[in-house]
Amino acid sequence: MRRAIAAGVVGLARILAGGSVRCLGCEFDSRQRIYFANHTSHLDFVLVWSALPRSLRALTRPVAAKDYWDRAGLRRYLVANVFNAVLVERVAQTLLSVPAQTGVPVPHRKDPIEILLEGLGERHSLIIFPEGTRGNGVQLGPFRSGLYRLGKARPDVELVPVYIDNLNRVLPKGEFVPVPMLASVSFGAPMRVEIGEEKDPFLERARSAILELRRW
Amino acid sequence: MVNFLHDRQTLWLFGGILGVLLVATVVGQLLKLRRSNAVIDNLNARIRAWWVMSAVFALSLLTGGIGSVILFALLSFFALREFITLTPTRPADHGALFWVFFVITPLQYWLVAIQWYGLFAVLIPVYAFLFIPSRIAVSGDPERFLERSAKIQWGLMVCVYCVSHAPALLMLRIPRFEGKNARLLLFLVVVVQMSDVLQYVWGKLLGRHKIAPVISPSKTWEGFLGGVATATLLGAALWWATPFSRAQAAAMAFIITIMGFLGGLTMSAIKRDSGVKDYGSMIEGHGGVLDRIDSLCFAGPIFFHLTRYFFT
Repeated sequence: MRRAIAAGVVGLARILAGGSVRCLGCEFDSRQRIYFANHTSHLDFVLVWSALPRSLRALTRPVAAKDYWDRAGLRRYLVANVFNAVLVERVAQTLLSVPAQTGVPVPHRKDPIEILLEGLGERHSLIIFPEGTRGNGVQLGPFRSGLYRLGKARPDVELVPVYIDNLNRVLPKGEFVPVPMLASVSFGAPMRVEIGEEKDPFLERARSAILELRRW
Repeated sequence: MVNFLHDRQTLWLFGGILGVLLVATVVGQLLKLRRSNAVIDNLNARIRAWWVMSAVFALSLLTGGIGSVILFALLSFFALREFITLTPTRPADHGALFWVFFVITPLQYWLVAIQWYGLFAVLIPVYAFLFIPSRIAVSGDPERFLERSAKIQWGLMVCVYCVSHAPALLMLRIPRFEGKNARLLLFLVVVVQMSDVLQYVWGKLLGRHKIAPVISPSKTWEGFLGGVATATLLGAALWWATPFSRAQAAAMAFIITIMGFLGGLTMSAIKRDSGVKDYGSMIEGHGGVLDRIDSLCFAGPIFFHLTRYFFT
């Protein structure tokens, strides 16, 4: 049943967004990876996940916005049973809260990086969107530090840049129903946080790796 | 609907297609043995895709009318998806696009299935054409308004309205031809696609003088004239499967061929304008669905209306 639904999801993704997958310097492999992609639509991770070979889909957990996906009904069922997604609060909502009595900021939620590292575990891969928020599909926004922190915490995990093209037109921001459009997913060459590499140069390097894929 | 396995003429047509495919496959493999290059690899990829396309088309005819309606509806859907992908729409067009894909397109083919000619003929050019700009205007984004409306309208016109005229042949009531309309559809598709193939073959063999090199570098006068002449002869030779006389079948085939050529040229002009070579990559060696049916888009409605006017 679960497999049939997963196949249905993949089929639907192909009908809505086409099945164009390009590997530019990356071979599919079951070793642990973090796929990081540009973010333009709530369907982004569905498309990246569908682009992977079936054997890798079972090992790859998308990271999804809790407020959008953790809702009763189909979405919750899909993230829990089909995608095995890791749900996180959106970064904007994990601000520190400042209780009026003390004036000292206290974090009132678990650090999302902890949740991601737990989700990664010993055998899974992750799909993340380092911009943190959906862009307009034209510009690639600045990256948040999460990718760098994950790369530092787990130097054994390969970081794979992914560029999603045209999916923002399938389901633009603020729309509920998708329309069909040919999108494509490009996988680039795996990278790592080099020894001694600082946060900003690394994030810039990661960002340009995605921009590089856009040129193809 | 007639069971086509008992219709001898249809079986002859299927047999003819099979024979052409076999000959093409043998020739393709012989060419490959002699010399291997990109053109010959592409030729063989195209021939492989022709086997698949012919099988799907033949199966859809064997199911009776409904299979053909569904097949052409899917072709329209995929072609429109390719067309809209190349069209620079804006987020405010989303609502209109939803209607185009999920309401108007299925509705058009439903009208073909229930054979409601009156609404079939006006649904898109009247109702949809007024609805689309209205729906975009309601979204409130005036930038490039006329361009966006017109491009969505044109996509719907070519990919859905025009293509739907092919299965609509099944609804024509032609005296002394009842229940045999599937052969008309077969005649149209065979002539229009063979005309493409023959223009390609003549062009590769003799092509020297390009017709519109900027728009379509592969279309030559030699290919065009050779293709039109041989496809017209082919159409005349298939007269026994149609309600037409020999001369009428030749005239119909001639018009189908000319319209097919103009369709290919027009859709190429749109591709050049968008800066792409093919509309998609769904059919190996051919490009996208729209690359394969561009000639049918233009030939279908004209063939439908000529047949309807003169023979029903």
